[in-house]
Amino acid sequence: MEINLVFLSRVQFALTTMFHILFPVLTMGLALFLVVVELLWLGTREEIYYRMYRFWVKIFAINFGVGVVTGIVLEFEFGTNFSRFAQAVANVFSPLLAYEVMTAFFLEAGFLGIMLFGWKRIHPGIHFLATCLVALGSFLSSFWILAANSWMQTPVGYRLADGKFWAVDFATVIFNPSMPARVSHMLMASFEASVFAVAGISAYFLLRGKEEAFFRRSLGVALIMAALFAPLQIYLGDYSGRVMFHHQPAKLAAIEAHWETNTRGGAPFAVIAFPDMEKEQNRFEITVPDGLSLLITHTRNGRVPGLKEFPRQDRPNAAILFWTFRLMVAIGTIFLLIMIWAGVLWRKGKLFETRLFLRALVAIQPLGFLATELGWITTEMGRQPWLVYNLFRTAEGVSPIPVENVIWSLSLLFIIYPIIGGSYFFYVLKTLRRGPDLSSPIPPIQRPAGMRALRE
Amino acid sequence: MILIYVWAGLIALAMILYIVLDGISLGVGLLFPTARDEKERSILMNSIGPVWDANQTWLVFGGGAIFVAFPVVYGVLSSALYIPLIAFLCGLIFRGVAFEFRAEAARKEPWNMAFFSGSLVAVLSQGFTLGGVLTGIAVRGDQFAGKPLDWLNPFSIMVGIALIPGYVMLGSTYLLIKTEGPVQERAYKHAFWSGLIVLVFMAIVTVWTPYHYPLVWTNWFSPPRIYFVWVFPLLGLIAAYQLARSLRSRQEVKPLVYSVGLFLSGYLGLITSLYPYAIPPTVTLQEAAAQGETLRFTLWGAVIVLPMVVGYIIYSYSVFRGKVSHEEYY
Repeated sequence: MEINLVFLSRVQFALTTMFHILFPVLTMGLALFLVVVELLWLGTREEIYYRMYRFWVKIFAINFGVGVVTGIVLEFEFGTNFSRFAQAVANVFSPLLAYEVMTAFFLEAGFLGIMLFGWKRIHPGIHFLATCLVALGSFLSSFWILAANSWMQTPVGYRLADGKFWAVDFATVIFNPSMPARVSHMLMASFEASVFAVAGISAYFLLRGKEEAFFRRSLGVALIMAALFAPLQIYLGDYSGRVMFHHQPAKLAAIEAHWETNTRGGAPFAVIAFPDMEKEQNRFEITVPDGLSLLITHTRNGRVPGLKEFPRQDRPNAAILFWTFRLMVAIGTIFLLIMIWAGVLWRKGKLFETRLFLRALVAIQPLGFLATELGWITTEMGRQPWLVYNLFRTAEGVSPIPVENVIWSLSLLFIIYPIIGGSYFFYVLKTLRRGPDLSSPIPPIQRPAGMRALRE
Repeated sequence: MILIYVWAGLIALAMILYIVLDGISLGVGLLFPTARDEKERSILMNSIGPVWDANQTWLVFGGGAIFVAFPVVYGVLSSALYIPLIAFLCGLIFRGVAFEFRAEAARKEPWNMAFFSGSLVAVLSQGFTLGGVLTGIAVRGDQFAGKPLDWLNPFSIMVGIALIPGYVMLGSTYLLIKTEGPVQERAYKHAFWSGLIVLVFMAIVTVWTPYHYPLVWTNWFSPPRIYFVWVFPLLGLIAAYQLARSLRSRQEVKPLVYSVGLFLSGYLGLITSLYPYAIPPTVTLQEAAAQGETLRFTLWGAVIVLPMVVGYIIYSYSVFRGKVSHEEYY
């Protein structure tokens, strides 16, 4: 791959999106967690839930700010680095982004101040509403962005004339074939990654013997949510895979390192493979006979198109995609196994005491975020060489600017983003290490008659 | 098509909302070095802490609206003004994270620096962007066809510098409402001096723009514009006079109103000068516009959702009305 304007523009876009996405993932998941916690606070009147909210919202606040500023970069980056693409698809694509700003971004931004700072000034019911609206705003954001991104993957509802896209029907554009699968898969990924982060942090404190009552409760709420999310996400992943089979066969073939279309018998599933894009084969592989047909078509002999059916320049890079996909699935499986283990321990009444389990929770903490990145690499690199699948190539979409511009901005971002990321971790860890504040007075407006105080 | 002008109006509205609201936030950022200690710096930050994010979102909406309604403008301007735009975004990043990071930091110095310099970079970049647009952008077909540094010239440097007192004026008059005691006293002085400098710069811009950009000169002195183009400088002078009066009589709310009036007069004058060009000097609003269906579909959303947005943002401001202290809101 040549180091040129197209390559560097792609690197920059990848860097900015891969950095940014980590923050909304935690925003969405933590927002949901906070809604649950505040509901428990308002419903049970147990002080511990108020303290839980006030603790975890500190992380939420730090996280939100970084998410916003890195997100604004992306909105303008379509224009700065891929203006030919932006102008070609604008009729169809841009309204979805505009709706995102109007219905989601404003909602989050508008109620965030109240959620973070309004404790003393508004009725608890209004505060809970603010929490819910911030959460809703973040989910809607995901919906619109993924609808737009999914249209790029499975374009419908358009007319193409002279290299420009015209909208024919917006309902079709928004509810395109891959949208439901990808929106739900992304939302679930955010929820799952976030609750495992909360679980891991809580487990860490429990292992240290600090604030046990507090973190047992946090861990408990997180694990109940995880028990729901882990199996659901596996189902949603499978659903996404089947959508991909119907609409993006080249991408599926690359992900599975499946070269030859199976004309007789079933397609084998490769557990391990090292694809060689030049030689159009796998250097080494371990396969399960008929496995791919069974997985994708649910029949033994289902026909799965191989990568060789597509022209060379239209093939995504199987060497990378094979492994990013499998690593992501492996992480999803680990999460499921952990939850099964959790179920067994809970039955035996030894959930919080089993140190090995707690250590495992701490160890797997970052995996949800890693899986999200791997998933995004898989789906976006898998879409290459297209920006709009089968219709508009990435190479045709870059801005008419000199490569020096991108070298400049990329260098700047390579300096700035690590500073921001490093500071983010530093302050989040600092906040965590300080531990929950269990003694500050609760604002009178929040303090109900008959509150069940923390027993210490 | 009337839809095009509706969208142009909507974008103009979003832009002035952003310029004023974030101008206040950026102005407070520019005033950061004038605070005497960390307590005062915290007061400044708390004055905009709960609302800066919603303020900034008008920029995101404006950008999104331009992408929807005038995609050629979006693409061409982003390519032409690549360097100031990226610099602007980097400034916003540092300004934005400073809020949260400073709150958690033991040593606040680096984030004080980040808040100020992020704001400064953002303001200067805005000036280069505006100056670059007024200088004119080379377009061929519907793509940018100029050079990466076309936006850099004495005129755009002047615009960038001119924005500094402009936003300081907005920020300091806002602080009159939100603060008291010595911080407020100092804000009165800053408001007066920055207002004066703004007036000087507005005079310079009024003379320099048509000199730099002859089309504006022709615009101003031919009908129908010749009949009303003088209204804007007049309004500006009235606003400036009223600003000075309200500052001297120690009003708290009126100075901000008149500062906004001053900005508005300049902004409306600018729009009148540029119309009907979306990209000076060659691309008109008609030529840059998107498909009718796109404009209609998105306008539905805007008409239904934006009034609600304005409603709950006003509510949010009202929750945090009153003077701020140095204590954290948390």
